[in-house]
Amino acid sequence: MSLLANWYDFRDLGNPVARLIEALQDAGLSGGWIYAISGLLGAIGILSFVGVAAVINIWIERRLIGRIQVRRGPNRVGPFGLLQPVADAIKLIQKEALQPDNADGIMFTLAPIVIFIPAILAFSVLPWGEHMVLADLNVGVLFLLALSSTTTIIIFMAGYASNNKYAILGSMRVIAMLISYELPVVLALLGVVLFAGTMSLTGIVSFQETYWSWLIFFQPLAFLIFLLGSTAELNRTPADIAEAESEIVAGFHIEYSGMKFGLFYAVELVNTVAVSAIIASLFFGGWWTYGLEEFIPGWILFIGKIYSIYFIFIWFRGTLPRFRVDQLMAFAWKVLLPLALINAMMVALEIFIWTEYEISAGIVLPIFAVVNFALAGVLIVGFGRVMSRTMERFPKLPRLVKDIDVPLPEPSTA
Amino acid sequence: MDDLGVVIAFWALAAMTIGAAAMLILVRNLMHAILFLILSFVGVAGLYITLSADFVAVAQVLIYAGAISVLMIFAVMLTPLSERDNSGNFLQLPALVLSGLVIAGVTFVALETEWREAGRGSFDTTAAEIGEALLSPFVLPFEIASVLLVAAMIGAIVIVRDD
Repeated sequence: MSLLANWYDFRDLGNPVARLIEALQDAGLSGGWIYAISGLLGAIGILSFVGVAAVINIWIERRLIGRIQVRRGPNRVGPFGLLQPVADAIKLIQKEALQPDNADGIMFTLAPIVIFIPAILAFSVLPWGEHMVLADLNVGVLFLLALSSTTTIIIFMAGYASNNKYAILGSMRVIAMLISYELPVVLALLGVVLFAGTMSLTGIVSFQETYWSWLIFFQPLAFLIFLLGSTAELNRTPADIAEAESEIVAGFHIEYSGMKFGLFYAVELVNTVAVSAIIASLFFGGWWTYGLEEFIPGWILFIGKIYSIYFIFIWFRGTLPRFRVDQLMAFAWKVLLPLALINAMMVALEIFIWTEYEISAGIVLPIFAVVNFALAGVLIVGFGRVMSRTMERFPKLPRLVKDIDVPLPEPSTA
Repeated sequence: MDDLGVVIAFWALAAMTIGAAAMLILVRNLMHAILFLILSFVGVAGLYITLSADFVAVAQVLIYAGAISVLMIFAVMLTPLSERDNSGNFLQLPALVLSGLVIAGVTFVALETEWREAGRGSFDTTAAEIGEALLSPFVLPFEIASVLLVAAMIGAIVIVRDD
Protein backbone atom coordinates (compact mmCIF):
# COMPACT_ATOMS: atom_id res chain seq x y z
CA MET A 1 0.00 0.00 0.00
CA SER A 2 1.42 3.32 -0.97
CA LEU A 3 1.05 6.67 0.65
CA LEU A 4 -0.06 8.08 -2.70
CA ALA A 5 -3.73 7.36 -2.05
CA ASN A 6 -6.23 10.04 -1.12
CA TRP A 7 -6.65 11.20 2.44
CA TYR A 8 -10.04 9.48 2.80
CA ASP A 9 -8.40 6.13 1.99
CA PHE A 10 -8.37 4.48 5.39
CA ARG A 11 -6.81 1.22 4.23
CA ASP A 12 -3.63 2.76 5.57
CA LEU A 13 -4.23 5.24 8.35
CA GLY A 14 -0.93 6.80 7.31
CA ASN A 15 -2.64 8.31 4.26
CA PRO A 16 -4.53 11.13 6.00
CA VAL A 17 -1.49 11.80 8.18
CA ALA A 18 0.80 11.96 5.14
CA ARG A 19 -1.61 14.37 3.45
CA LEU A 20 -1.67 16.50 6.58
CA ILE A 21 2.14 16.55 6.78
CA GLU A 22 2.33 17.60 3.13
CA ALA A 23 -0.16 20.37 3.79
CA LEU A 24 1.87 21.52 6.80
CA GLN A 25 5.05 21.52 4.75
CA ASP A 26 3.31 23.61 2.10
CA ALA A 27 2.26 26.00 4.84
CA GLY A 28 5.96 26.49 5.56
CA LEU A 29 6.28 25.01 9.06
CA SER A 30 9.66 23.73 10.22
CA GLY A 31 10.49 20.09 10.93
CA GLY A 32 10.01 20.29 14.68
CA TRP A 33 6.44 21.53 14.45
CA ILE A 34 5.48 18.89 11.92
CA TYR A 35 7.03 16.26 14.18
CA ALA A 36 5.12 17.59 17.19
CA ILE A 37 1.80 17.72 15.34
CA SER A 38 2.11 14.23 13.87
CA GLY A 39 3.17 12.89 17.27
CA LEU A 40 0.15 14.53 18.88
CA LEU A 41 -2.14 12.98 16.26
CA GLY A 42 -0.67 9.55 16.88
CA ALA A 43 -1.05 9.97 20.63
CA ILE A 44 -4.70 10.99 20.22
CA GLY A 45 -5.27 7.94 18.02
CA ILE A 46 -3.72 5.59 20.56
CA LEU A 47 -5.56 7.19 23.49
CA SER A 48 -8.90 6.88 21.73
CA PHE A 49 -8.19 3.24 20.92
CA VAL A 50 -7.22 2.56 24.53
CA GLY A 51 -10.31 4.33 25.85
CA VAL A 52 -12.69 2.47 23.56
CA ALA A 53 -10.90 -0.84 24.21
CA ALA A 54 -11.13 -0.41 27.98
CA VAL A 55 -14.89 0.08 27.74
CA ILE A 56 -15.58 -2.63 25.17
CA ASN A 57 -13.36 -5.18 26.89
CA ILE A 58 -15.43 -5.06 30.07
CA TRP A 59 -18.40 -6.22 28.05
CA ILE A 60 -16.43 -8.80 26.04
CA GLU A 61 -14.81 -10.23 29.14
CA ARG A 62 -17.98 -10.49 31.20
CA ARG A 63 -20.00 -11.94 28.33
CA LEU A 64 -17.35 -14.51 27.43
CA ILE A 65 -16.72 -15.60 31.00
CA GLY A 66 -20.47 -15.89 31.41
CA ARG A 67 -20.65 -18.08 28.33
CA ILE A 68 -17.73 -20.23 29.55
CA GLN A 69 -19.34 -20.67 32.97
CA VAL A 70 -22.80 -21.43 31.47
CA ARG A 71 -24.37 -18.16 32.55
CA ARG A 72 -25.66 -15.32 30.44
CA GLY A 73 -23.47 -12.44 31.57
CA PRO A 74 -24.72 -8.85 31.40
CA ASN A 75 -27.72 -8.76 29.08
CA ARG A 76 -30.19 -6.17 30.36
CA VAL A 77 -28.71 -2.74 29.67
CA GLY A 78 -28.99 -2.02 25.97
CA PRO A 79 -28.92 -4.60 23.17
CA PHE A 80 -26.99 -7.72 24.31
CA GLY A 81 -26.03 -5.77 27.42
CA LEU A 82 -23.71 -3.58 25.35
CA LEU A 83 -24.35 -0.51 27.48
CA GLN A 84 -23.40 -2.32 30.70
CA PRO A 85 -19.86 -0.79 30.84
CA VAL A 86 -21.39 2.69 30.53
CA ALA A 87 -23.81 1.93 33.35
CA ASP A 88 -20.91 0.57 35.43
CA ALA A 89 -18.90 3.73 34.85
CA ILE A 90 -21.82 5.98 35.82
CA LYS A 91 -22.31 3.94 38.97
CA LEU A 92 -18.63 4.21 39.86
CA ILE A 93 -18.53 7.96 39.31
CA GLN A 94 -21.55 8.44 41.57
CA LYS A 95 -20.01 6.51 44.45
CA GLU A 96 -18.37 8.23 47.34
CA ALA A 97 -14.57 8.36 47.13
CA LEU A 98 -13.67 6.90 50.48
CA GLN A 99 -10.23 7.23 51.97
CA PRO A 100 -9.10 5.50 55.14
CA ASP A 101 -8.25 7.72 58.10
CA ASN A 102 -4.59 6.81 58.35
CA ALA A 103 -4.01 6.50 54.63
CA ASP A 104 -1.17 8.35 52.97
CA GLY A 105 -3.36 10.82 51.08
CA ILE A 106 -1.12 11.86 48.20
CA MET A 107 0.17 8.40 47.40
CA PHE A 108 -3.33 6.98 47.77
CA THR A 109 -4.73 9.39 45.19
CA LEU A 110 -1.74 9.32 42.88
CA ALA A 111 -1.38 5.54 42.50
CA PRO A 112 -4.47 4.81 40.35
CA ILE A 113 -3.59 7.74 38.08
CA VAL A 114 0.12 7.02 37.66
CA ILE A 115 -0.51 3.35 36.95
CA PHE A 116 -1.97 4.35 33.58
CA ILE A 117 1.33 5.86 32.37
CA PRO A 118 3.22 2.61 31.66
CA ALA A 119 0.04 0.97 30.36
CA ILE A 120 -0.49 3.64 27.72
CA LEU A 121 3.20 4.18 26.92
CA ALA A 122 3.39 0.52 25.91
CA PHE A 123 1.15 1.23 22.92
CA SER A 124 3.52 3.85 21.51
CA VAL A 125 6.12 1.39 20.19
CA LEU A 126 3.66 -1.06 18.62
CA PRO A 127 3.60 -1.20 14.82
CA TRP A 128 -0.05 -0.88 13.80
CA GLY A 129 0.70 -0.99 10.08
CA GLU A 130 3.53 -0.68 7.63
CA HIS A 131 4.19 2.98 8.36
CA MET A 132 1.98 3.31 11.40
CA VAL A 133 4.18 3.42 14.47
CA LEU A 134 4.30 6.36 16.84
CA ALA A 135 7.84 5.85 18.17
CA ASP A 136 9.98 3.31 16.31
CA LEU A 137 12.50 2.78 19.10
CA ASN A 138 15.63 0.72 18.44
CA VAL A 139 15.24 -0.75 21.89
CA GLY A 140 11.48 -1.35 21.67
CA VAL A 141 11.41 -4.74 23.42
CA LEU A 142 13.61 -3.50 26.25
CA PHE A 143 11.39 -0.42 26.56
CA LEU A 144 8.36 -2.64 27.10
CA LEU A 145 10.20 -4.62 29.78
CA ALA A 146 11.22 -1.41 31.53
CA LEU A 147 7.60 -0.27 31.55
CA SER A 148 6.37 -3.52 33.03
CA SER A 149 8.99 -3.30 35.78
CA THR A 150 7.80 0.15 36.89
CA THR A 151 4.26 -1.14 37.41
CA THR A 152 5.55 -2.98 40.48
CA ILE A 153 6.36 0.23 42.30
CA ILE A 154 3.01 1.81 41.54
CA ILE A 155 1.10 -1.20 42.81
CA PHE A 156 3.24 -1.10 45.93
CA MET A 157 2.38 2.61 46.30
CA ALA A 158 -1.31 1.73 46.26
CA GLY A 159 -0.91 -1.09 48.75
CA TYR A 160 1.32 0.81 51.15
CA ALA A 161 -0.73 4.01 51.10
CA SER A 162 -3.96 2.16 51.94
CA ASN A 163 -2.71 1.36 55.44
CA ASN A 164 -4.45 -1.98 55.43
CA LYS A 165 -2.95 -5.37 56.18
CA TYR A 166 -4.61 -7.07 53.22
CA ALA A 167 -3.45 -4.30 50.92
CA ILE A 168 0.15 -4.57 52.06
CA LEU A 169 0.00 -8.38 51.79
CA GLY A 170 -1.36 -8.06 48.26
CA SER A 171 1.30 -5.64 47.19
CA MET A 172 4.11 -7.72 48.70
CA ARG A 173 2.73 -10.65 46.75
CA VAL A 174 2.75 -8.53 43.59
CA ILE A 175 6.39 -7.59 44.11
CA ALA A 176 7.46 -11.18 44.73
CA MET A 177 5.50 -12.41 41.73
CA LEU A 178 6.59 -9.70 39.32
CA ILE A 179 10.26 -10.12 40.21
CA SER A 180 10.00 -13.90 39.79
CA TYR A 181 8.17 -13.78 36.49
CA GLU A 182 10.27 -11.01 35.02
CA LEU A 183 13.18 -13.43 34.56
CA PRO A 184 11.47 -16.08 32.39
CA VAL A 185 9.69 -13.36 30.41
CA VAL A 186 12.95 -11.52 29.72
CA LEU A 187 14.70 -14.74 28.73
CA ALA A 188 11.82 -15.73 26.44
CA LEU A 189 11.99 -12.33 24.75
CA LEU A 190 15.78 -12.74 24.52
CA GLY A 191 15.17 -15.78 22.33
CA VAL A 192 12.91 -13.76 20.03
CA VAL A 193 15.32 -10.82 19.89
CA LEU A 194 18.30 -13.08 19.17
CA PHE A 195 16.43 -14.84 16.42
CA ALA A 196 15.25 -11.65 14.74
CA GLY A 197 18.52 -9.85 15.38
CA THR A 198 16.83 -6.62 16.42
CA MET A 199 15.03 -5.15 19.43
CA SER A 200 12.82 -2.83 17.42
CA LEU A 201 9.26 -4.13 17.08
CA THR A 202 9.08 -2.81 13.53
CA GLY A 203 12.31 -4.70 12.82
CA ILE A 204 10.90 -7.93 14.28
CA VAL A 205 7.75 -7.62 12.16
CA SER A 206 9.77 -6.95 9.02
CA PHE A 207 11.99 -9.96 9.86
CA GLN A 208 8.85 -12.09 9.82
CA GLU A 209 7.84 -10.51 6.53
CA THR A 210 11.28 -11.05 4.97
CA TYR A 211 11.45 -14.74 5.86
CA TRP A 212 7.74 -15.26 5.18
CA SER A 213 6.94 -16.89 8.49
CA TRP A 214 5.55 -15.92 11.86
CA LEU A 215 8.07 -16.17 14.66
CA ILE A 216 5.89 -18.56 16.65
CA PHE A 217 7.00 -21.28 14.22
CA PHE A 218 10.62 -20.72 15.25
CA GLN A 219 10.02 -19.91 18.91
CA PRO A 220 7.12 -22.03 20.20
CA LEU A 221 8.70 -22.45 23.63
CA ALA A 222 9.34 -18.72 23.99
CA PHE A 223 5.70 -18.07 23.06
CA LEU A 224 4.40 -20.44 25.73
CA ILE A 225 6.74 -19.03 28.39
CA PHE A 226 5.83 -15.47 27.49
CA LEU A 227 2.11 -16.25 27.49
CA LEU A 228 2.22 -17.91 30.92
CA GLY A 229 4.64 -15.38 32.39
CA SER A 230 2.62 -12.43 31.20
CA THR A 231 -0.54 -13.96 32.65
CA ALA A 232 1.21 -13.71 36.00
CA GLU A 233 2.50 -10.19 35.35
CA LEU A 234 -1.02 -9.09 34.43
CA ASN A 235 -2.51 -10.42 37.68
CA ARG A 236 -5.06 -12.43 35.79
CA THR A 237 -6.90 -15.36 37.20
CA PRO A 238 -4.69 -18.42 37.17
CA ALA A 239 -2.12 -16.15 38.84
CA ASP A 240 -4.10 -13.39 40.50
CA ILE A 241 -2.76 -14.07 43.97
CA ALA A 242 -2.32 -10.33 44.43
CA GLU A 243 -6.07 -9.79 44.61
CA ALA A 244 -7.19 -13.27 45.52
CA GLU A 245 -10.75 -12.75 46.73
CA SER A 246 -10.87 -15.85 48.88
CA GLU A 247 -7.58 -15.11 50.65
CA ILE A 248 -6.95 -11.40 50.97
CA VAL A 249 -10.34 -9.95 49.93
CA ALA A 250 -9.20 -7.67 47.09
CA GLY A 251 -5.49 -7.32 47.61
CA PHE A 252 -3.78 -4.05 46.93
CA HIS A 253 -6.93 -2.18 45.91
CA ILE A 254 -9.07 -3.22 48.84
CA GLU A 255 -9.51 0.32 50.18
CA TYR A 256 -10.25 1.91 46.83
CA SER A 257 -13.81 2.81 45.98
CA GLY A 258 -15.59 4.70 43.26
CA MET A 259 -13.71 5.72 40.17
CA LYS A 260 -10.32 5.06 41.77
CA PHE A 261 -11.26 1.40 41.89
CA GLY A 262 -12.59 1.79 38.37
CA LEU A 263 -9.20 3.00 37.20
CA PHE A 264 -7.49 -0.08 38.63
CA TYR A 265 -10.11 -2.24 36.94
CA ALA A 266 -9.64 -0.44 33.62
CA VAL A 267 -5.85 -0.50 33.71
CA GLU A 268 -5.91 -4.27 34.06
CA LEU A 269 -7.91 -4.53 30.84
CA VAL A 270 -5.66 -2.01 29.07
CA ASN A 271 -2.57 -3.92 30.15
CA THR A 272 -4.09 -7.14 28.86
CA VAL A 273 -4.69 -5.53 25.47
CA ALA A 274 -1.13 -4.21 25.48
CA VAL A 275 0.33 -7.64 26.23
CA SER A 276 -1.91 -9.22 23.59
CA ALA A 277 -0.63 -6.65 21.12
CA ILE A 278 2.98 -7.38 22.07
CA ILE A 279 2.40 -11.11 21.58
CA ALA A 280 0.64 -10.41 18.27
CA SER A 281 3.52 -8.36 16.91
CA LEU A 282 6.34 -10.52 18.26
CA PHE A 283 4.99 -13.97 17.48
CA PHE A 284 2.15 -13.50 14.98
CA GLY A 285 3.60 -11.01 12.54
CA GLY A 286 1.85 -7.86 13.73
CA TRP A 287 0.11 -6.35 10.71
CA TRP A 288 1.77 -8.82 8.33
CA THR A 289 -0.37 -11.87 7.55
CA TYR A 290 1.05 -13.80 4.57
CA GLY A 291 -0.04 -11.28 1.97
CA LEU A 292 -3.53 -10.84 3.37
CA GLU A 293 -2.65 -7.28 4.30
CA GLU A 294 -2.85 -6.42 0.57
CA PHE A 295 -6.60 -6.85 0.76
CA ILE A 296 -7.48 -6.05 4.36
CA PRO A 297 -5.85 -3.05 6.10
CA GLY A 298 -2.96 -4.13 8.29
CA TRP A 299 -4.26 -2.36 11.39
CA ILE A 300 -7.55 -4.27 11.20
CA LEU A 301 -5.62 -7.54 11.00
CA PHE A 302 -3.53 -6.42 13.95
CA ILE A 303 -6.59 -5.62 16.04
CA GLY A 304 -8.05 -8.97 15.02
CA LYS A 305 -4.92 -10.72 16.26
CA ILE A 306 -4.94 -8.70 19.47
CA TYR A 307 -8.45 -9.84 20.26
CA SER A 308 -7.72 -13.46 19.31
CA ILE A 309 -4.96 -13.50 21.92
CA TYR A 310 -7.13 -11.57 24.35
CA PHE A 311 -9.61 -14.42 23.96
CA ILE A 312 -6.95 -16.86 25.20
CA PHE A 313 -6.47 -14.72 28.31
CA ILE A 314 -10.23 -14.66 28.94
CA TRP A 315 -10.31 -18.40 28.38
CA PHE A 316 -7.61 -18.85 31.06
CA ARG A 317 -9.61 -16.68 33.40
CA GLY A 318 -12.85 -18.50 32.84
CA THR A 319 -11.55 -22.04 33.21
CA LEU A 320 -8.47 -22.23 35.41
CA PRO A 321 -8.48 -22.19 39.22
CA ARG A 322 -6.10 -19.94 41.12
CA PHE A 323 -2.58 -21.06 42.03
CA ARG A 324 -1.40 -21.05 45.62
CA VAL A 325 1.38 -18.50 46.25
CA ASP A 326 4.21 -21.00 46.67
CA GLN A 327 3.02 -23.03 43.69
CA LEU A 328 3.10 -19.93 41.52
CA MET A 329 6.62 -19.01 42.64
CA ALA A 330 7.82 -22.60 42.19
CA PHE A 331 6.36 -22.66 38.69
CA ALA A 332 8.35 -19.56 37.75
CA TRP A 333 11.67 -20.65 39.23
CA LYS A 334 11.60 -24.41 38.72
CA VAL A 335 9.83 -24.76 35.38
CA LEU A 336 9.70 -21.56 33.34
CA LEU A 337 13.20 -20.27 34.13
CA PRO A 338 15.14 -23.45 33.14
CA LEU A 339 13.05 -23.85 30.00
CA ALA A 340 13.66 -20.22 29.05
CA LEU A 341 17.41 -20.61 29.64
CA ILE A 342 17.57 -23.72 27.48
CA ASN A 343 15.56 -21.94 24.79
CA ALA A 344 17.86 -18.90 24.80
CA MET A 345 20.96 -21.12 24.52
CA MET A 346 19.37 -23.11 21.70
CA VAL A 347 18.59 -19.91 19.79
CA ALA A 348 22.15 -18.66 20.26
CA LEU A 349 23.48 -21.96 18.87
CA GLU A 350 21.14 -21.80 15.89
CA ILE A 351 22.03 -18.20 15.07
CA PHE A 352 25.72 -19.13 15.33
CA ILE A 353 25.25 -21.99 12.87
CA TRP A 354 23.22 -19.76 10.55
CA THR A 355 25.69 -16.89 10.39
CA GLU A 356 28.95 -18.81 10.68
CA TYR A 357 28.36 -21.31 7.89
CA GLU A 358 26.36 -18.88 5.74
CA ILE A 359 23.65 -21.39 4.93
CA SER A 360 20.73 -19.95 2.99
CA ALA A 361 17.63 -19.17 5.03
CA GLY A 362 15.41 -21.39 2.89
CA ILE A 363 17.28 -24.51 4.02
CA VAL A 364 18.10 -23.64 7.58
CA LEU A 365 14.88 -22.04 8.83
CA PRO A 366 12.56 -25.06 8.28
CA ILE A 367 15.13 -27.22 10.08
CA PHE A 368 15.21 -24.74 12.98
CA ALA A 369 11.41 -24.75 13.13
CA VAL A 370 11.26 -28.55 13.31
CA VAL A 371 14.11 -28.71 15.85
CA ASN A 372 12.57 -26.05 18.07
CA PHE A 373 9.14 -27.67 18.04
CA ALA A 374 10.68 -31.03 18.90
CA LEU A 375 12.76 -29.41 21.64
CA ALA A 376 9.71 -27.67 23.08
CA GLY A 377 7.74 -30.90 23.14
CA VAL A 378 10.57 -32.92 24.68
CA LEU A 379 11.32 -30.28 27.30
CA ILE A 380 7.71 -29.77 28.37
CA VAL A 381 6.93 -33.49 28.58
CA GLY A 382 10.31 -34.30 30.13
CA PHE A 383 10.03 -31.57 32.75
CA GLY A 384 6.53 -32.76 33.55
CA ARG A 385 7.84 -36.32 34.04
CA VAL A 386 10.85 -35.31 36.11
CA MET A 387 9.32 -32.63 38.29
CA SER A 388 5.89 -34.02 39.08
CA ARG A 389 4.97 -36.91 41.26
CA THR A 390 3.27 -39.73 39.42
CA MET A 391 -0.36 -39.05 38.78
CA GLU A 392 -2.92 -41.59 39.92
CA ARG A 393 -5.84 -41.28 37.64
CA PHE A 394 -8.00 -43.76 39.57
CA PRO A 395 -6.66 -43.98 43.15
CA LYS A 396 -7.81 -47.22 44.74
CA LEU A 397 -7.39 -46.21 48.35
CA PRO A 398 -8.16 -42.89 50.01
CA ARG A 399 -4.82 -41.33 50.95
CA LEU A 400 -3.86 -39.19 53.87
CA VAL A 401 -2.38 -35.77 53.28
CA LYS A 402 0.91 -36.76 54.87
CA ASP A 403 1.31 -39.68 52.44
CA ILE A 404 1.75 -37.25 49.55
CA ASP A 405 4.37 -35.37 51.60
CA VAL A 406 2.61 -32.06 51.80
CA PRO A 407 4.04 -30.19 54.80
CA LEU A 408 1.36 -29.83 57.46
CA PRO A 409 1.11 -26.75 59.68
CA GLU A 410 2.22 -27.24 63.28
CA PRO A 411 -0.70 -27.85 65.62
CA SER A 412 -1.18 -24.79 67.78
CA THR A 413 -0.60 -25.29 71.48
CA ALA A 414 -3.11 -22.68 72.64
CA MET B 1 21.73 21.53 21.71
CA ASP B 2 20.58 23.99 19.08
CA ASP B 3 17.18 22.43 18.56
CA LEU B 4 14.49 24.22 20.54
CA GLY B 5 12.69 21.02 21.52
CA VAL B 6 15.86 19.47 22.93
CA VAL B 7 16.60 22.62 24.93
CA ILE B 8 13.10 22.68 26.43
CA ALA B 9 13.31 18.96 27.19
CA PHE B 10 16.73 19.36 28.81
CA TRP B 11 15.64 22.14 31.15
CA ALA B 12 12.35 20.43 32.06
CA LEU B 13 14.10 17.14 32.77
CA ALA B 14 16.92 18.82 34.68
CA ALA B 15 14.39 20.68 36.83
CA MET B 16 12.51 17.43 37.44
CA THR B 17 15.66 15.49 38.33
CA ILE B 18 17.10 18.10 40.67
CA GLY B 19 13.73 18.97 42.19
CA ALA B 20 13.04 15.32 42.92
CA ALA B 21 16.54 14.89 44.34
CA ALA B 22 16.03 17.90 46.61
CA MET B 23 12.66 16.59 47.77
CA LEU B 24 14.29 13.23 48.44
CA ILE B 25 16.41 14.93 51.09
CA LEU B 26 13.71 17.23 52.42
CA VAL B 27 10.77 14.87 52.94
CA ARG B 28 10.45 13.22 56.33
CA ASN B 29 8.71 10.02 55.25
CA LEU B 30 11.18 7.42 53.97
CA MET B 31 8.65 5.89 51.58
CA HIS B 32 8.04 9.29 49.98
CA ALA B 33 11.80 9.73 49.73
CA ILE B 34 12.08 6.50 47.74
CA LEU B 35 9.33 7.60 45.38
CA PHE B 36 11.13 10.90 44.78
CA LEU B 37 14.31 8.93 44.17
CA ILE B 38 12.49 6.92 41.48
CA LEU B 39 11.25 10.16 39.90
CA SER B 40 14.82 11.40 39.88
CA PHE B 41 15.99 8.19 38.18
CA VAL B 42 13.31 8.62 35.52
CA GLY B 43 14.45 12.21 34.97
CA VAL B 44 18.02 11.02 34.46
CA ALA B 45 16.73 8.47 31.96
CA GLY B 46 15.04 11.33 30.10
CA LEU B 47 18.34 13.23 30.05
CA TYR B 48 19.99 10.19 28.46
CA ILE B 49 17.32 10.24 25.76
CA THR B 50 18.13 13.87 24.93
CA LEU B 51 21.72 12.64 24.40
CA SER B 52 20.30 9.98 22.00
CA ALA B 53 21.56 7.18 24.25
CA ASP B 54 18.33 5.20 24.12
CA PHE B 55 19.75 1.91 25.35
CA VAL B 56 21.27 3.50 28.44
CA ALA B 57 18.03 5.36 29.13
CA VAL B 58 15.90 2.22 28.97
CA ALA B 59 18.43 0.29 31.04
CA GLN B 60 18.31 3.11 33.61
CA VAL B 61 14.54 2.76 33.93
CA LEU B 62 14.68 -1.03 33.92
CA ILE B 63 17.45 -1.40 36.48
CA TYR B 64 17.25 1.66 38.71
CA ALA B 65 13.57 2.62 38.62
CA GLY B 66 12.37 -0.98 38.30
CA ALA B 67 14.74 -3.17 40.29
CA ILE B 68 16.99 -1.18 42.63
CA SER B 69 14.06 0.79 44.00
CA VAL B 70 12.21 -2.43 44.82
CA LEU B 71 15.29 -3.48 46.75
CA MET B 72 15.24 -0.16 48.63
CA ILE B 73 11.54 -0.54 49.37
CA PHE B 74 12.26 -3.94 50.90
CA ALA B 75 15.09 -2.44 52.92
CA VAL B 76 12.77 0.28 54.25
CA MET B 77 10.02 -2.22 55.01
CA LEU B 78 12.47 -4.31 57.03
CA THR B 79 13.78 -1.29 58.92
CA PRO B 80 12.07 -0.78 62.27
CA LEU B 81 10.70 2.72 62.81
CA SER B 82 11.08 3.60 59.16
CA GLU B 83 8.49 6.34 59.44
CA ARG B 84 10.33 8.34 62.08
CA ASP B 85 12.14 11.50 61.07
CA ASN B 86 15.86 12.01 61.54
CA SER B 87 15.72 14.85 64.06
CA GLY B 88 17.35 12.77 66.79
CA ASN B 89 20.37 11.95 64.70
CA PHE B 90 23.69 13.43 65.82
CA LEU B 91 25.45 12.89 62.48
CA GLN B 92 23.94 16.00 60.90
CA LEU B 93 27.09 18.09 61.00
CA PRO B 94 29.48 15.48 59.53
CA ALA B 95 26.92 14.77 56.79
CA LEU B 96 26.71 18.46 55.97
CA VAL B 97 30.50 18.80 55.79
CA LEU B 98 30.89 15.68 53.65
CA SER B 99 28.17 16.59 51.18
CA GLY B 100 29.55 20.13 50.97
CA LEU B 101 32.95 18.73 50.07
CA VAL B 102 31.44 16.46 47.41
CA ILE B 103 29.47 19.34 45.89
CA ALA B 104 32.58 21.54 45.90
CA GLY B 105 34.64 18.83 44.24
CA VAL B 106 32.09 18.14 41.51
CA THR B 107 31.60 21.86 40.85
CA PHE B 108 35.35 22.40 40.64
CA VAL B 109 35.74 19.58 38.12
CA ALA B 110 32.76 20.76 36.07
CA LEU B 111 34.03 24.32 35.88
CA GLU B 112 37.72 23.64 35.38
CA THR B 113 37.55 20.89 32.76
CA GLU B 114 37.75 22.08 29.16
CA TRP B 115 34.71 20.27 27.79
CA ARG B 116 34.91 19.47 24.13
CA GLU B 117 31.63 19.74 22.25
CA ALA B 118 31.13 16.71 20.08
CA GLY B 119 29.89 17.79 16.69
CA ARG B 120 27.98 14.62 15.99
CA GLY B 121 24.42 13.76 15.14
CA SER B 122 22.30 11.15 16.83
CA PHE B 123 23.44 7.54 16.97
CA ASP B 124 21.59 5.01 14.88
CA THR B 125 21.92 1.84 16.92
CA THR B 126 23.40 2.14 20.35
CA ALA B 127 22.27 -1.29 21.54
CA ALA B 128 24.15 -3.22 18.85
CA GLU B 129 27.34 -1.23 19.35
CA ILE B 130 27.22 -1.63 23.12
CA GLY B 131 26.73 -5.37 22.66
CA GLU B 132 29.67 -5.66 20.29
CA ALA B 133 31.89 -3.56 22.56
CA LEU B 134 30.96 -5.70 25.56
CA LEU B 135 31.71 -8.97 23.82
CA SER B 136 34.83 -8.17 21.83
CA PRO B 137 37.19 -5.55 23.36
CA PHE B 138 35.73 -5.54 26.88
CA VAL B 139 34.94 -9.23 27.22
CA LEU B 140 37.23 -9.71 30.21
CA PRO B 141 35.61 -7.05 32.47
CA PHE B 142 32.21 -8.33 31.33
CA GLU B 143 33.05 -11.89 32.36
CA ILE B 144 34.58 -10.73 35.64
CA ALA B 145 31.39 -8.80 36.42
CA SER B 146 29.25 -11.85 35.74
CA VAL B 147 31.47 -14.04 37.93
CA LEU B 148 31.13 -11.43 40.67
CA LEU B 149 27.34 -11.52 40.35
CA VAL B 150 27.27 -15.32 40.52
CA ALA B 151 29.45 -15.17 43.63
CA ALA B 152 27.04 -12.65 45.18
CA MET B 153 24.10 -14.90 44.39
CA ILE B 154 25.77 -17.95 45.91
CA GLY B 155 26.67 -15.87 48.96
CA ALA B 156 23.04 -14.78 49.37
CA ILE B 157 21.90 -18.40 49.21
CA VAL B 158 24.52 -19.45 51.77
CA ILE B 159 23.42 -16.68 54.16
CA VAL B 160 19.75 -17.63 53.83
CA ARG B 161 20.25 -21.35 54.42
CA ASP B 162 19.55 -22.55 57.95
CA ASP B 163 22.39 -25.00 58.59
